[in-house]
Amino acid sequence: MSASSDVGFHAQRHARWHYGEAAFWLVVLACGFVFPTRYLIMTDILRLALFAMSLDLILGYAGIVSLGHAAFFGVGAYAAGLLALHGIINEPVLALIVAGLAAMVLGFATSFLVIRGVDLTRLMVTLGIALLLEALAERFSNVTGGTDGLQGIEMQPIFGGIPFDMFGKAGFFYSLAVLFVLFLLARRIVHSPFGLSLRAIKNNPLRAAAIGIPVNRRLIAIYTLAAFYAGIAGALFTQTTAIASLDVFAFERSADLMLVLVIGGTGYLYGGLVGAVIFRMLQEVFSTITPQYWQFWIGLVLVVIVLVGRQRLHRWVLYVPNLVIKQVMGRKGVVAVPESDA
Amino acid sequence: MTSILTNLFDGVAYGMLLFVLACGLAVTLGLMNFVNLAHGAFAMAGGYVCMVLVNRMGWPFFAALPLAFVSSAAIGIALERTLYRHLYARSHLDQVLFTIGLTFMSVAAVDYIQGSSRVFINLPAGLQGQFDLFGIGIGRYRLMIIVICGLLTIGLQMVLAKTRFGSRLRAAVDDPRAASGLGINVPQVFAFTFAFGCGLAGLGGALSAEILGLDPYFPLKFMIYFLIVVTVGGSSSITGPFLASLLLGIGDVAGKYYVPKMGPFVIYTMMIVILIWRPNGLFGRTAAR
Repeated sequence: MSASSDVGFHAQRHARWHYGEAAFWLVVLACGFVFPTRYLIMTDILRLALFAMSLDLILGYAGIVSLGHAAFFGVGAYAAGLLALHGIINEPVLALIVAGLAAMVLGFATSFLVIRGVDLTRLMVTLGIALLLEALAERFSNVTGGTDGLQGIEMQPIFGGIPFDMFGKAGFFYSLAVLFVLFLLARRIVHSPFGLSLRAIKNNPLRAAAIGIPVNRRLIAIYTLAAFYAGIAGALFTQTTAIASLDVFAFERSADLMLVLVIGGTGYLYGGLVGAVIFRMLQEVFSTITPQYWQFWIGLVLVVIVLVGRQRLHRWVLYVPNLVIKQVMGRKGVVAVPESDA
Repeated sequence: MTSILTNLFDGVAYGMLLFVLACGLAVTLGLMNFVNLAHGAFAMAGGYVCMVLVNRMGWPFFAALPLAFVSSAAIGIALERTLYRHLYARSHLDQVLFTIGLTFMSVAAVDYIQGSSRVFINLPAGLQGQFDLFGIGIGRYRLMIIVICGLLTIGLQMVLAKTRFGSRLRAAVDDPRAASGLGINVPQVFAFTFAFGCGLAGLGGALSAEILGLDPYFPLKFMIYFLIVVTVGGSSSITGPFLASLLLGIGDVAGKYYVPKMGPFVIYTMMIVILIWRPNGLFGRTAAR
């Protein structure tokens, strides 16, 4: 069959929804009803997942290594906090979008700096921007509240009808809805010709340019989009916790984020979601063992992951599910294997 | 006028210190093309070794300094042989993740062993205080740092330019394949250089306890400074990072003194502008990477 050798055919088949994906989202939704006492941590995981998905868009699909993704998270967080605190936009969903847009503007402005130069320069520039914003937030403490952070944020009901309750139930479903909508959007984007061109750029920018892909423009576009996602994640953070403090810009946040994505795997969108769950669980376990020194174990996990090799690790993890799927569905069904990234 | 000169003096001392701290990184990052974010951890190790020797065991300060160098170099070579060398060929992302992991581990480990508060090294009385020279206040400790670091810089430059090892290193950096074809043991040269760079960082860490402050978060706090020195200075020679360190030191001290509220803002903006303007560093030659 000639069609099967066609790239478009494969891309379309890959873009179709699998049963596994539907099941995944059903399980996530079910969690909201099964664990009614755990809303706070689950909301935290959802936020982290969204944030990680944002990094996945630029790291997994476009190959941009960023050490300062917290910059956009922080801008979104402060934007949402300020909007709510001063009563500029009371509607949470609208405020969320505006906060995302604020981060997006920053992302667009800084993308020109980021697309220049090699990996190392990118690392430095992204890190520098995050540190710069942290310094700015500290400097203009009359606006940001300085080291105390924004306090006394009161969130209005969502759509004017659903109030945020103290158990975090509304916050959880709100975050879940936002995550799902943005996931759908991201899924659509990465499977579009645009998304495919990004992968081409990631694999070989020179060749991509040679076949007529406007490399820089594509990178600017995806970087801006990722900034929007990160801004939304930050805004969700402020809206569901009602605080925004300087640590939203912290380097540790960007570093943890990389760990999340590395645990989950890059380049298939679910990496961030899976990674967020595992990361938070690891964190919980470590901090119950050694409350003060959990960072040591997180560091150890990073070192081990890199030494064992991310590809190999993901193959091991996917081995059992692949086996099960092969048993059930015959030879054809194979779960997603994370793309190699290097 | 005198306050300007005093600030300049402090800035030079600070810059020299940064250079000793970061020049090891210039080798790993610039020459071996390995993104080592854990460089500050070696500096911290040296600082803490010195602190324990001086404060707890009563060693004289100047005897503890060489030991800070040796211990950091030993840790460096141990890690290089066991872990780092597997990662030379890996992607930058892997290197970043690995070294961030190491940094986190070192921070938590030192916190566990020595506590999280800032530590001070007991200095001999001769190094404390300052004296006036033509009306310029000169801190004795800072003067010592300038002397030590200046001598080190000259020594390094001599080693690189005049000795057989220096020419081997330069050859290995310029073209590892051709160098190994000529019979140069490239991994060995790199291992030595890595260890030496870590040792220098350790020495710098010991010296910096008084000026930069030494606590378990040292590697994270000063990571950006080391990176700035290397990326701004470029890595093709030792002069680039040296000038960049001086610039950074003077700029930082002056920034803190004259525009205290803008503080780190000045430094980060400078770094971003320079990186955009010249992605290979101010003094770097264009390197294909």
